[in-house]
Amino acid sequence: MIEFKSVSKLYPDGTRAVDDFSVVIPSRKTTVFVGSSGCGKTTLLRMINRMVDPTDGVIEIDGDDIAKTEPVHLRRGIGYVMQNSGLLPHRRVIDNVATVLFLNKVPKPQAYARANELLDTVGLDRSLAKRYPGELSGGQQQRVGVARGLAANPNILLMDEPFGAVDPIVRVDLQAETMRLQRELDKTIVFVTHDIDEAFLLGDQVLILEKGAKIAQQGTPEEILANPASDFVANFIGADRGKRRLTVDSKVKPRGDDLVLIDAGGYAAGVISAPDGKLATGTASPKSRSISNKTSQAGDA
Amino acid sequence: MNLIIEGFAWIFDPAHWTTSSTSQGISEAFVQHIILTGISLLLTVLIAVPLGFYIGHSGRGRQVAIISSNVARAVPSLGLLTVLILAIPIIPGIPNNYLAYIIVFVLLGIPPMLAGAYAGLESVDRETTDAARAVGMTEWQVLTKVEIPLGASLIVGGLRSTTLQIVATVTIGSFLGQVSLGTFIVDGLEQGDFVKMIGGAILVAALALVLDGILALVQRFVVPRRVSRGSIDTGNTAHGMRLRASTPGTPITEGN
Amino acid sequence: MQWVWENFPQIWALTLDHIGLSAPPIVIGFVLSIPLGYWASRSRVARSILLSVFSILYTLPALVLFVTVPVALGLAILDPNNVIVALTIYAMAIMIRSANDAFGSVSADVRESARAVGYSPVQRFFRVELPLAGPVLLAGIRVVSVSTVSLATVGGFIGIPSLGNLFQTGFQIHFFPELWAGIVAVLIVAAVFDLILSGLGRLLIPWNRRRTRRRATRMVAKEVIA
Repeated sequence: MIEFKSVSKLYPDGTRAVDDFSVVIPSRKTTVFVGSSGCGKTTLLRMINRMVDPTDGVIEIDGDDIAKTEPVHLRRGIGYVMQNSGLLPHRRVIDNVATVLFLNKVPKPQAYARANELLDTVGLDRSLAKRYPGELSGGQQQRVGVARGLAANPNILLMDEPFGAVDPIVRVDLQAETMRLQRELDKTIVFVTHDIDEAFLLGDQVLILEKGAKIAQQGTPEEILANPASDFVANFIGADRGKRRLTVDSKVKPRGDDLVLIDAGGYAAGVISAPDGKLATGTASPKSRSISNKTSQAGDA
Repeated sequence: MNLIIEGFAWIFDPAHWTTSSTSQGISEAFVQHIILTGISLLLTVLIAVPLGFYIGHSGRGRQVAIISSNVARAVPSLGLLTVLILAIPIIPGIPNNYLAYIIVFVLLGIPPMLAGAYAGLESVDRETTDAARAVGMTEWQVLTKVEIPLGASLIVGGLRSTTLQIVATVTIGSFLGQVSLGTFIVDGLEQGDFVKMIGGAILVAALALVLDGILALVQRFVVPRRVSRGSIDTGNTAHGMRLRASTPGTPITEGN
Repeated sequence: MQWVWENFPQIWALTLDHIGLSAPPIVIGFVLSIPLGYWASRSRVARSILLSVFSILYTLPALVLFVTVPVALGLAILDPNNVIVALTIYAMAIMIRSANDAFGSVSADVRESARAVGYSPVQRFFRVELPLAGPVLLAGIRVVSVSTVSLATVGGFIGIPSLGNLFQTGFQIHFFPELWAGIVAVLIVAAVFDLILSGLGRLLIPWNRRRTRRRATRMVAKEVIA
C-alpha cells in the first residue's frame, strides 16, 4: 500500500505543482492518475520513487516513510516505465533489461537468464536480445522498458504515460499486455495517462486530477461513469459530449435479438442484445485479481 | 609550388636535423614541441575534464563555461602569450622559461576542453539520464555508465580542439624565443630563407595532422556502436546529421 | 593610459589595418559558405567532401597557412592578401558547417509544404529556407567574426600591419601598456563587429526570439567543439 499524506510540491519559481494531496493506493491493484498535461500527475508518480521530493507531507510505502529510505536504494526496488522507454542507447536490449540486476550485484549468468525470461514475459522474441534499442520499433522498445521495470521483481511498478508515443494499434496491444501482466504478476501498478479511455480500461481505481493535482474525482471507472462528480469530470470523461451516453435507436429495426445503440450525436455506437425485449445484463469484471484470498506479506506494497 | 618541394628536401636533409652553433636542428625542436604540447595537454585535461564533467552533470556554472569559452575565442592568443611570458618570472632550475609557456598553453587549452567535456554530457538525452536514475543508478554511475559513454564523441572532440590549439600556440611561441617547430618558420621569415620557412610549416602541419588523425580514430572508436545511427534519438534530424557528418573527423579549434 | 593617448594615431592606424585585414574574410567567407553549405545540406557526397577538406585546412595552425598561402598563390610574402585568403579559409571552415546545419535544421515538412503551396525552387530558397536558417547562420557568423579578428593579430608578427604589431614591439621592449592596449583594441574591434552582426540579425531576422537564438548558439557551439 502506498499512501500520500497531505503532500505538496512547491517549485523554487513559485509553481505549486501539487497542493495538499492525500490518497491511498491499494496493493496489487492498478491505480491510474489521469488529467491533462501540467496537472501534476507525473510529479505525483515521481514522488513515489523519490525522483521528486515533496516540499511538504509524507509518502509511506507499507507504513514506512520513504523520505527515510535512501533514494537510490528505493529506486532499485521499484519498477519504472517511461514514455520514450528511456532505454540506454549504447547497451543491448538484454543489458538494458538486466541493468537493475547488475546494479543489485546479481551475478551475470543469473541476470541474463532472468532477463531472457522477462523478454518472454513481455512477449518479445529472445532473438531481439542482442539488438540495440535503436534497432527496435517503438512498441518493442516500450516492451523492453516494461521488462526492465519488472527486472528486480518489484512489488510496485510505476508507469508514466508508457504508451503515449506509440501508434494506436500498438497501444491497444500494449494495454492488453499490461492487463495480462497485472493478472499474472499481481503488482501494485501506478499508471499515469492523459487518455481517459486508457484510464478506464486499465484502472481498478481512477483518479481524475485537475491543475495542482487536485482530485476532481476518485473511484472505479463504473462509479465515475455513473456519477460524474462535477462538470469538469463530466466534460473530461466525455459524458456531456454524449460519447458515453447511449440510447436505443428507435428508427432502425432490431436485427434478430440485437438493438442498435446510438450516442447523443446520433451516430451508431454499438449493439446490445435484447432477447424478448429484455436488455442483456452483466457485471463489470475486476481488472486485477482480488487480494482478499492472499495473506499479506512483509514488503507487500 | 617549387618551394614546397624544396621544403620537403630541406626536411629530408640530415644536416638540418642536428643543432649546430649557427642553426637549430629539427630533432631538438621536434622534441621540444612534443614535450611542451604533452605536458600542457596533460595539465589541461587534468584541470578541464573534471570541471567540465561537474558542470555538465550538475548543470551548475554553465554560464561561466560559456562565457569563458567565448572570451577565450576573442582574446588573441598571441597577446596573452606576450603579456604572460613577460609577467611570469623565470624560475631557476626550470629550463627555458618553461613554466611561463606551459601556464599560457594550459590557459589557452582549457576552454575548448572544458566546453567539450560539458557539452558532451549535456548532449545526452535528458530522458536517458532520467531513466538511469529511475532504475536506481547513483549519480556516479549515471556519470560513468551513461553520460560519459554517450557524450564520448564530443568529449574527445574537445580534446582534439585543445590539442590543435596547443600545437598552434606552441608554434606561435617561437616568435617569443621558445624553441619548437615554429622556430624554423620564424627564423626562415627573418633570414629570408623561405625554403626553411616552408620546411618548418610542413613539419608543423604534419604534426597537427598526425595528432588530429590519431584522436579522430580514438573519437570514432569511443562512440558506442549504433548510437551514432541516431534512430533512438527521437530528436531533430540536424543532430543525427551532425553525428554522421562529424564521424570522419572534423574538429574546429579556436583562435589558432 | 598616457601611452595610449600619446600613440593614439598609430593605434588607430593599426586598428584600421586590422579591420581591413579581418572584415573581408568574414564577408567573403560568409558569402561563399552559403551556397556551399546549402549544397552540403542537400548532398551527402558534397557534405563529406566539403567538411573533410575544410576541416583538414582548419587543422593547420594559422602561422602555417599564413606562410604557405603566398607560396601556393605565388604572392609576395608580405602581401596582406595572404592573410585575407588564409583567414577566409578558416572562416569558411566554420561557416560551411554552420550553414550545413542551418539548412539541415529546416524541417522537411516545411520544405514540402512550401513546395505544395507552389513556391519555385528559387523562391523556396530565398523566402523559406534562407530565412528559417537565419538564426543558425547568424550564430555561425558571429563565431567566425570573433575568431577572425583574434587570428588576424598573427599577421603582425609576419610583417603585415595589424594590431598584432603592438604585441611584437611591446614584447621586444618589455612594455606592458602597449601589450594591454593591443589586447583591448582587439577585443573592442571584436565587440564592435559582434554588435554590427547582431544588429543586422535583429533587423533581418526580427522573429529570432530568445529561445531559437539560444538553441542556434548551442548548435554552433557544439559544432565548434567537434
